[in-house]
Amino acid sequence: MNLTGEDVQDILRIIDGMEVDRLHLRTGRFELSLCRGDDGAWTQSARTTAEPVLVDDRQVPAVQGVAAADRQTEPAREGLTGVRTPLPGAFYRAPKPGAAPFVEIGDEVTETTVVGIVETMKLMNSVYAEASGTVAEIVLGDGEFAEQGAVLMFIDPLATGVAP
Amino acid sequence: MILRRVLIANRGEIALRIIRTCRRLGIEAVLAASDADLDSIPARLADRVVRLGPAPPSASYLDVDAVLTAAKTAGADAIHPGYGFLSENQRLARACTEAGIVFIGPTVEQLASVGDKLEARRHAVAAGLPVVPGGALEDTADAARLAAEIGFPLLIKAVGGGGGRGMKQVHDPADLSATVDLAVAEAGAAFGDPRVYLERFVATGRHVEVQLIADGENVVHLGTRDCSVQRRYQKLIEEAPAPALDPALREEMHRAAVALGKHLEYRGLGTVEFLVDVDRGTFYFLEMNARIQVEHPVTEAITGLDLVAEQLAVAEGRSLSFGQADVSFTGHAIECRINAEDWARDFQPSPGTVTEAVWPLGDGIRIDTHLQAGASVPPYYDSLLAKLIVHGRDRADALARLRAALARCAVDGVSTNIPLHQEVLAEAEFAEGGVDTAWFTRFLRDHPAGGSRG
Repeated sequence: MNLTGEDVQDILRIIDGMEVDRLHLRTGRFELSLCRGDDGAWTQSARTTAEPVLVDDRQVPAVQGVAAADRQTEPAREGLTGVRTPLPGAFYRAPKPGAAPFVEIGDEVTETTVVGIVETMKLMNSVYAEASGTVAEIVLGDGEFAEQGAVLMFIDPLATGVAP
Repeated sequence: MILRRVLIANRGEIALRIIRTCRRLGIEAVLAASDADLDSIPARLADRVVRLGPAPPSASYLDVDAVLTAAKTAGADAIHPGYGFLSENQRLARACTEAGIVFIGPTVEQLASVGDKLEARRHAVAAGLPVVPGGALEDTADAARLAAEIGFPLLIKAVGGGGGRGMKQVHDPADLSATVDLAVAEAGAAFGDPRVYLERFVATGRHVEVQLIADGENVVHLGTRDCSVQRRYQKLIEEAPAPALDPALREEMHRAAVALGKHLEYRGLGTVEFLVDVDRGTFYFLEMNARIQVEHPVTEAITGLDLVAEQLAVAEGRSLSFGQADVSFTGHAIECRINAEDWARDFQPSPGTVTEAVWPLGDGIRIDTHLQAGASVPPYYDSLLAKLIVHGRDRADALARLRAALARCAVDGVSTNIPLHQEVLAEAEFAEGGVDTAWFTRFLRDHPAGGSRG
């Protein structure tokens, strides 16, 4: 059975005149909860439980980003500070394809230095070093997916202010 | 031909929207889903699902070959591209034709005619539409001559740009030459196309568009929509018809849109976007979108039409079943885009898992969404979670319904912009109707992020 919005409105009209404030429908394919508020207005919460029918039975591959997620547990480096991504997304080392990376190993950074971009939901978010020092190691490659909080690179804070 | 099986090459709410109409019409809906969407509601509600590819759009929804292979695997006789992704992609449209698959959209030639800004402008002029005074630049000497004709302030736009990218304002003639040089260099680097053009800068403008449906011969307009409430050129609130518009100007816009459709011998759904110059009481052609749009439900609400069904009918090669005289407009409709973003954190995107999704229900309320409790909001795609559409007998009625409906929305697990919509709706200026495209920026300046929400 497929319920359309109009069907739900019809159900609502039927129960609207009844002494009912809650209705829970459950079928093999979906669950629908209707709830009447103090002001008499209804809200709905639906859950489709039907399983997707795949055209072929190829094994569903591992979810993207698993490899990068493993690196989220990148072991700490003694004496180094990890730069973590505030959001999950694709990590880009340069402002645009073909451009020079924001930072390379050995570059000096401060708290406000942009060290990369994480693209989340089509928005480009700058990632700041949030530590002073020099870039000691870059963990993720350009375009790789990073889970939220994953370490992107390590900063060596001891190297701050050391003349090149 | 009769469409029996349609491959939907899209995701989220628009995929679900297309599935619903297909089911109502007895057309089998096959969803092409990326690995991130294999468990989504559209995947659960489609008749069948074809794996399109990995989650990143470049490897799935933007991959022409993957989409075509999916259509062939599914044995689909048509592809509906929805909006965004490949919806206006000439390569996909051409590949469909070569493979004997119907591309649900206009012809390759029509996509080419409106896909390039300068080409679209040329067609608009040929069809007799007013365009923003301006033109293409050959060199910087040209710029000075053109600027003298247009007058300052003006805009330099990249031909390859869009969505506000590649635009520069020039207020002082002394800055013109240097800004043009910079714009050319930046356009070349950013879009791979160094061409730029000059346009008059309209200080007080409104974004008003006209919806068209056409079968290649007959062109019918379905009224105006106002989409002036935008942040960084992304629409937030849309309504139909456009409020507080001079009736003669509205009629003139309808006529202009139809004229462009006829000039192009257009086939399918299309939207002609105009910039209303409030100070001058006139309008200019901006661009034409050759696809179904996010905001189509407000037009459906006031016309009573199912635009996806009309789109499918035209794709089957049928003539429009109605003429202009058959279209009537009832009441007023408003749509809020509910996005996964946190206003209090500078609109930071908020992917994650939805723990609760409760929506209002009642007469005049429509929710287009692919969300349910437990659904994942992946970081790979845009932040649109749901569209709340209300229809009232007039604008005041629609606004009252919208305020009440928004108060009954509850999404947990990810941040949404529902509080922002509530504050916009509380603004007297918005309630009055007819705000310009700069209004929302002023609103944000006067409403520090999350200010009144504590």
